[in-house]
Amino acid sequence: MRSLVVSRTPARFATARLLSRFAVERAVESGPLTLRDGPPKQPPNSDWRRAVPILSGICGSDLATIFFEASRYFDPMTSFPFTPGHEVVVELPEDPGVRFVLEPALTCSVRGTPPCNACASGNTQLCSNTTFGDLAEGIQTGFCSSTGGGWSTEFLAHKDTLHRLPAEYTLEESVMIEPFACAIHAALRPARRSGSLAIVGAGTVGLSILAAAKALGCYSSITVAAKHPIQRELARQLGADAVIDPSELARRARSAAKANRAGSYLGGGFDSTIDAVGSAGSLESAILSTAPGGEVVAAGMPATTHLDLAPLWHREINLKGSYAYGTEVLGPEIATRLNQPQSIRTFSLAIALAKSANIGALVTHKFRLSEYVEAISKARAGGKEDAVKVVFDMRKVKHDG
Amino acid sequence: MTARPGFVLEVDRSTPPTLFWYGENFRLERLPRSSRILYPPEPLPAIRDVRTAIENALDNPAGDQKPLDALLFPGMQLTIAFDDVSLPLPQMTAPDIRSLVIEAVLERAAQAGVEDVQLVAALALHRRMTEGELKHAVGKRAYNALKPRGLLTQHDAEDQANMLEIGHTDQGELVEINRRAAESDLLVYVNINLVSMDGGHKSVATGLASYASIRHHHNVKTMVQSRSFMDRHSSELHSSNWRMGRLIKDAGIKIFQIETTLNTNTFPDSFRFLQRREWEWDLRDRASFVAANGALAKTPPALARQIFHSIRSPYGVTGVNAGEVEAVHDLTLAKVFEQQLVRVEGQTDILTMGLPFVGPYNVNSIMNPILVYCLSLGYFFNMYRHKPLVRKGGVVIISHPTRPEFDPAFHPSYIDFYEQVLTETTDPLIIEQKYEETFARDPWYIHLYRTGNAYHGVHPFYMWYWGAHALDHLGGVIVMGGDPKTVRRLGFKPASTLNDALEMAGSIVGANPTVTHLHSPPLVMADVY
Repeated sequence: MRSLVVSRTPARFATARLLSRFAVERAVESGPLTLRDGPPKQPPNSDWRRAVPILSGICGSDLATIFFEASRYFDPMTSFPFTPGHEVVVELPEDPGVRFVLEPALTCSVRGTPPCNACASGNTQLCSNTTFGDLAEGIQTGFCSSTGGGWSTEFLAHKDTLHRLPAEYTLEESVMIEPFACAIHAALRPARRSGSLAIVGAGTVGLSILAAAKALGCYSSITVAAKHPIQRELARQLGADAVIDPSELARRARSAAKANRAGSYLGGGFDSTIDAVGSAGSLESAILSTAPGGEVVAAGMPATTHLDLAPLWHREINLKGSYAYGTEVLGPEIATRLNQPQSIRTFSLAIALAKSANIGALVTHKFRLSEYVEAISKARAGGKEDAVKVVFDMRKVKHDG
Repeated sequence: MTARPGFVLEVDRSTPPTLFWYGENFRLERLPRSSRILYPPEPLPAIRDVRTAIENALDNPAGDQKPLDALLFPGMQLTIAFDDVSLPLPQMTAPDIRSLVIEAVLERAAQAGVEDVQLVAALALHRRMTEGELKHAVGKRAYNALKPRGLLTQHDAEDQANMLEIGHTDQGELVEINRRAAESDLLVYVNINLVSMDGGHKSVATGLASYASIRHHHNVKTMVQSRSFMDRHSSELHSSNWRMGRLIKDAGIKIFQIETTLNTNTFPDSFRFLQRREWEWDLRDRASFVAANGALAKTPPALARQIFHSIRSPYGVTGVNAGEVEAVHDLTLAKVFEQQLVRVEGQTDILTMGLPFVGPYNVNSIMNPILVYCLSLGYFFNMYRHKPLVRKGGVVIISHPTRPEFDPAFHPSYIDFYEQVLTETTDPLIIEQKYEETFARDPWYIHLYRTGNAYHGVHPFYMWYWGAHALDHLGGVIVMGGDPKTVRRLGFKPASTLNDALEMAGSIVGANPTVTHLHSPPLVMADVY
């Protein structure tokens, strides 16, 4: 079995972080990630399957880990050494030709623990047992030493986490289902679920949220702040009502709301804003551009940031997080529009909507596993180098072999 | 000594490089042989005793109008409206001609026992003037006497309570003007007629009107049919204003129009090379050019702007005419044409022009990209009579840095127009239909127009419509030395050098094109046959 492995090597983490600012490829080569050949992992029990990845995506959280930029908050919820990769479309050796997408959350049901309150209510994204049970610590496949991950030729998946895909789904649509599920969850996080929505950032997270919000059909207008030409082009393609430069956000918020403005103070703004970047600048900009009493959803993974929260306090903005997915309560209007039950697993909804939402369009680059340095560098560059979602194509590994 | 007339020079081997304005700097460019350069006439002799000329005009009105003294009486309400800061360009050295006229009128009013006098800056939808600008325009004496008493005001096109509907023209155009002006026993209008577009009925019908009224002629259809709006008799913009003006007259509103004309003595002595023909530059001119050009190239744009906007033009007054609006304006136009008109035989394939640091809408401010568009395609392109200087399907090459810079205090709606409208379309008709109403009614823009120094929310739209006739006529527009991204957003093409620009233009107009350069400012207007 061949896999990319992240080891707990402080010096390599520090080197990766240092070099990442000016020599990304060198940072990857000198960092904690290495390509290894080794024996396959043994399933803990008969509920686990050997899954063979076909496409496996590179996520922002993977990059933050490799370049040692993630919050230390996640340290206790990660077990080393691990193989990254949680956006995976796989085949099972016993079921060839049939594709499955992995729901990578390692929650009570796969850890053999009694369901915690969150899991019992369907909110598996809030599971309190991600460090307990049959498996080593890890909130998801891709951060857990017991399961392996998608950046490999094989890993372990619990049978309940594998969702069979319709045959007509392309591989690109399939590999985007996991991030799309996150996006649906984020798009449903604003309590109001109507009015004007702004999405700050148009990488995979931002564009997926745009696709989700369009598919849900509940917002009267969607404005996307996109930095790079490919992001702007895809945002238009996915149906954004307005695509703007991030520097224009506050001005667009003002004119959309026909509000007054005095300096950075806006008398109105977007009803809801989803931050799909996670930086201090993007969060501050989101808060300033949201109408008093409105909501800001942090969907991009933030790390330690320094924020001016005066406008949040003064404008009574509700700032809330959005992590992964669980069970969504759609409400009658959205459920009817989508012809779905009012209460539905986010992943099921993502699978149902992925094709019509054209989410596969976000896959821009594919690399062999052996090309991981180039792949990760490309993913890191993102829109600057016309990349959105970069994936490993394991079929190419087989050719290598 | 009489002023030399303007003329058309044909470039040959001995022609020195030609001066092109380039925003807050200049370029010297070699035009291809056989190109034509259109030079403005030299400044006409100025009236030596302007005060006496004013008195004469007030006493000897043109057309069917009584002398001013005969129109003044005790107990009357007198309003004196005057052109705003958009004229002249650059601002003239003190005393501004408006201040001399206003002082003379105020003097006569005082002698006649008129007590209810109010001054109104005829802003239309322009920005409010700053206190310094007001003081310069009306003069210290009038400013100090009237401003503290609230009698020096600025027209507010959004103050519905102080607008008066006069009626509709036979074409259904709403005429709605400043109530104080309309209800006065006499409205005196004090104008500076820098170009032939200014003045006449446009002074009151536009300068003191509301958005609801102005929109009847400031729209794409009217602009496309104004060929050019520097030629009143071929301008739908003016036809509409004339219909409105006659309606105002028929409604019994008494207007005493005072129009003044200036010569083209535009730059102070330190910049005299700007209004001399290159082959006549002496050592001092060359040294001034080299020094100015070198220093400005190293000066940050904001500082260069400040330097240029501090220039005061030593304009000489060439005419003062007063009386009935149309009769006065005919005299004014004759004087303007005498100063600016140059006969040109035949159109050109490519028209080149250098844009200076200032246009009517960025006095003491930034020439933002939309104003670059307006100054080139709106103003300079339209500096013609009979036929455009450039042929149908021809190309205009503009020299200007065209940076994406805006003044947030003066031009707030321009920023949104640039970001929100031009990213979607540059088509004037679509822009008008889809976006105008939203910007015009935006309460924040209205607030800033009424209380700050911001142009009205609709103003960038008018700038765009101003270029509609040129857009309709031209095969392409190239900006030499402009910021490429900004230039593209305007719908133009960027080029780094004149040769590149000419090559690009050649691909539109064909091989061996004719080239004509508009050597302006000082202002020049082509009479094309």
